[in-house]
Amino acid sequence: MVKFVSIILAAVLVNNYVLRQFLGICPFLGVSKDLKNATGMSIAVVFVMVIATAVTYPIQKALLEAHNLGYLQTIVFILVIAALVQFVEIALKKFVPALYRALGVYLPLITTNCAVLGVTIANIDAKYTYAESLVNALGSGLGFFLAMVIFTGVRSKLENSRPPKAFEGLPITLVAAGIVSLAFFGFGGIVENLFK
Amino acid sequence: MSKLTTLTKGIIKENPVLVIVLGTCPTLAVSTQASNAIGMGIAATFVLICSNLVISLLRNIIPDKVRIPCYVVLIAGFVSLVQLLLEAYAYSLYEALGIYLPLIVVNCIILGRAEMFANKNKPLDSVLDGIGMGLGFTLTLFVMASIREILGSGTFFGAKIPWLSSNGISVLTMAPGGFIVFGALMALVNRILRKKPPKDRDCESCALAGSCSSKSGASSSSAAHCAEVKNG
Repeated sequence: MVKFVSIILAAVLVNNYVLRQFLGICPFLGVSKDLKNATGMSIAVVFVMVIATAVTYPIQKALLEAHNLGYLQTIVFILVIAALVQFVEIALKKFVPALYRALGVYLPLITTNCAVLGVTIANIDAKYTYAESLVNALGSGLGFFLAMVIFTGVRSKLENSRPPKAFEGLPITLVAAGIVSLAFFGFGGIVENLFK
Repeated sequence: MSKLTTLTKGIIKENPVLVIVLGTCPTLAVSTQASNAIGMGIAATFVLICSNLVISLLRNIIPDKVRIPCYVVLIAGFVSLVQLLLEAYAYSLYEALGIYLPLIVVNCIILGRAEMFANKNKPLDSVLDGIGMGLGFTLTLFVMASIREILGSGTFFGAKIPWLSSNGISVLTMAPGGFIVFGALMALVNRILRKKPPKDRDCESCALAGSCSSKSGASSSSAAHCAEVKNG
């Protein structure tokens, strides 16, 4: 249990996917303009990350590694994620329409989110067990959520600021992201010290 | 468009990273050392040239409806090829690039060029476009990595620079430095080009603008779509 808590804390705070590892920067910059879209996108990311890990992990272990096909990992994973997202979309539409209405527009976009492919590959590289992988996927998704919500707040302040002309728009947003990322450095070492 | 402009437009005028703003994730992540940046640039350029060539050759064969999945499979194939080559012949680079190497698959520069250029141009033009865009990507990565490596850790290609190596601004080599240097470079290019900086990612520069189903829906969902599609 302690192990799971430490994996979640590490994924959310210390190795935050967006702010520390630069995965999923595009939705982070693109959808962080209002809170409603930011939360919708984040929930969809958490959801797909966990399901994608749940599916790709057994495929890697039972199919690819068992038959010595490790080199097909990249191709198989991206295809599985793309198909999975479609499938989840259809299933949600049919069985849980309320959830589909909330997440619908974000689901097809997630296929090309590098954080999702990233987390599935990272789980294999880190040699996690199945349960640990799922927990790590959940934590990574929550970390994305946290970064999105915080940054949406920062951005709403940015709207009213008047930076130098060349910095207007995306450049100043990136600098602001750098400062938020700096704040997350305060969490460095927290997991090692809490659970040693 | 002449062959020469096709080749050179990627370097500044349509720079994929700083002007079109594609492929931000690898740009930020591997630009801590000049040598890694060049390695990443070459790997992505190779994939870009190959995928542009093949997609251009197959542009009349691939059915329009399933073209995106087809492109993704092709790109993933080339990425695996690069992964295996690097693992065999440049293992230290393979280690240094780590997870960002397989993630070239979702690098939007590649899918973006396939969709914006290769599927409607002849093979030769597509290859030139691939070379130009790849050069622009590599050059940007190299400049950014040089700034971060020289000022951040006081080294260049691993060689120590006298005074700087003991007075490095170490935050530049870490994640926040990446964002800040990237923002500053983008501002610099805006200044040089004297054009308004990209305020937002709108549908016109979106890789999938042509086929975007949510385009007519306007509102925030299409912005979300484009932002996501351009992910990388």
